[in-house]
Amino acid sequence: MNVDPFNATTHPAAADVLVRRIIEFTRLTRDNGFRAGIEEELDALRVAQHCGLLEQGSLRPGLRTLLCADRQEWQRFDALYETYWYGTNRASQVKASRSARLGRQDALGDQSGGGRVMETDRPQTGTAGENDAGAARSGASHRQVSGKADFRFLTDAQQLREMENLVERLARRMRRQLCRRQRLSHTGRRIHIRHSIRNSLRYGGTPLELVFRQRRRQLPRLVLLLDVSRSMSLYSYLFLRFARGIIGAFGDAEAFVFHTRLVSVTEALRERDIHRMKQKLVVLSAGWSGGTRIGECLAQFNRQHAGRMQQARTVVMIMSDGFDTGTPAFLATQLEHIKKRARRLVWLNPLLGREGYEPLAGGMQAALPWIDVFAPAHNLESLQALEARLMN
Amino acid sequence: MTGEPEIHKRLEQAGYIADRDLAIALMLLSRLQRPLLVEGDAGVGKTEIAKALSKVFDCPLIRLQCYEGLDANSSVYEWNYQHQLLSIKIRETEGNPAGEQERHIFSEKYLLKRPLLQAITMPEPPVLLVDEIDRADEEFEAYLLEVLSDFQISIPELGTIRASSIPRVILTSNGTRDLSDALRRRCLYYYLDYPTFDKELRIVNRHLPDISRQLSAQIVEFVQGLREMDLRKKPGIAETLDWAAALVRLDISRLDNDPQQIADSLVCLLKTREDRNALTDDVVERLVANLG
Repeated sequence: MNVDPFNATTHPAAADVLVRRIIEFTRLTRDNGFRAGIEEELDALRVAQHCGLLEQGSLRPGLRTLLCADRQEWQRFDALYETYWYGTNRASQVKASRSARLGRQDALGDQSGGGRVMETDRPQTGTAGENDAGAARSGASHRQVSGKADFRFLTDAQQLREMENLVERLARRMRRQLCRRQRLSHTGRRIHIRHSIRNSLRYGGTPLELVFRQRRRQLPRLVLLLDVSRSMSLYSYLFLRFARGIIGAFGDAEAFVFHTRLVSVTEALRERDIHRMKQKLVVLSAGWSGGTRIGECLAQFNRQHAGRMQQARTVVMIMSDGFDTGTPAFLATQLEHIKKRARRLVWLNPLLGREGYEPLAGGMQAALPWIDVFAPAHNLESLQALEARLMN
Repeated sequence: MTGEPEIHKRLEQAGYIADRDLAIALMLLSRLQRPLLVEGDAGVGKTEIAKALSKVFDCPLIRLQCYEGLDANSSVYEWNYQHQLLSIKIRETEGNPAGEQERHIFSEKYLLKRPLLQAITMPEPPVLLVDEIDRADEEFEAYLLEVLSDFQISIPELGTIRASSIPRVILTSNGTRDLSDALRRRCLYYYLDYPTFDKELRIVNRHLPDISRQLSAQIVEFVQGLREMDLRKKPGIAETLDWAAALVRLDISRLDNDPQQIADSLVCLLKTREDRNALTDDVVERLVANLG
């Protein structure tokens, strides 16, 4: 029990092999996308020492708690661990790597069994890191190209994916900039005592120079209503990604989609894993891309959700082209209700970016009096311009 | 230095039923002197870990509750302005030079220690709980990371204060925001899932010693069934305990005797209107009928 497996004087060969194997395993996790660096390699050895290698089943939880950094890794860890230490046939899930190989010329290493990770699905060119950097670079250059391009002209899948990522990132950045803008203002109503005292020292303690503190302005609470009817199908998925970014960045934002009825997608968009998010959306999306009954859906929103909105903070954002199968008057009544409950009502219409478009559709005409901001949302630039309009 | 079996035993004694994995994570937290990031849904007992840990090591618990807009003044230190102003007034007549005056009012006497500073200046290592780190701003997260890796805090007026003891740090997160990679790397990690049937049963029996074994088993099975459903807010352990306590109060001995009363007491478990609506009478009956 009290045998120290690392004690090189009693078991020189075994100690050496163990150290190699543990470091090799740490590198394997790194090559599988875990955040394990040199420091973790050293700590992995310490973990092994503290957990007592010879004690059944305590190395695994120890290494897991050290090497994992989020839930996904936590769930993938067992597969990696088993593949490496027991040679379970799960090679397809594990990305093997050349850098993990420390060479095992010693016989003990080969006898130890397991760990023979197949070299499968390994990219032929460059490492994962290089690929990422490449993607980031091309993303940046695309941003310049496609800032003005209408989303509906994005046809090839690669471009579309990039645009989705950009749109989501834009939403996240919006929050940071809203925060920063608050701090830069110079006038205020409350005295910043700490700075005032500091300044008073040069006058022997008399507070001559006062410093003011800006009252922190609250960030808006965003409520997004996305039209997913057929007429919007070219835009709706991008808007969903935009909504996902907003939900991720603003902790209390909510998102709904509507066509003939209203469905809350806040929870689905909060899903960190993009594929699981898509699955959840598919479940929710029965009947999407059909006709639109904007008025009915907004009425449903008013009945079920609007009661929770705080008037002073809420900004309601509707993303729709305004093509409605209901009566314009009904839509107008519902918008009036929303307007009463919200600080600001924003309507984003992707058609507004097209040349020669006038909001003549019946629904749109009726809606205009209740809308604070009526803006286009057909390309990145127009989404970017939004941020300034949300605060003031 | 305490080993894993010892920690496990003491956690039990402190009233916290833990898996062996968690005991190992806590042992490493103390030996590697790295913070432990605990993630999991609300109500699975993340905060309780820190409380139990302070009992295990018999040391004080210092808690820093994060919120949006949390800044250094409320988390690290603040000067006691009122006292400083008074002191300036009192010493006015003594005619001290300005430099002397400054040294006086920016001495430790006027320093108010907030949780982070408090934690690193204790004579014995305390448990520092940074609760809901995901609610704090990115800037604060970066600052916290710096404190947690260097264990020193610099105060412009006083100089650098080094840790007299390295606190045992537990961070919790609900995942309302992505945490930075740097912070994740710095920390050990533990994902706390909803408890298994056996574990939850032990928790209920432990907290409500008077409950009949049959009722507690039924309660736990019912709640576990509920978690399988697609609810907006799944009931956590605290909810299970509330519900169990309520049923004991209501003198209910078996869940399958009176489904109506069960349905009425579900307010303890379901905290949103959608969830309450989703759990219609037939669903409750079906769940109860499946109980052993």
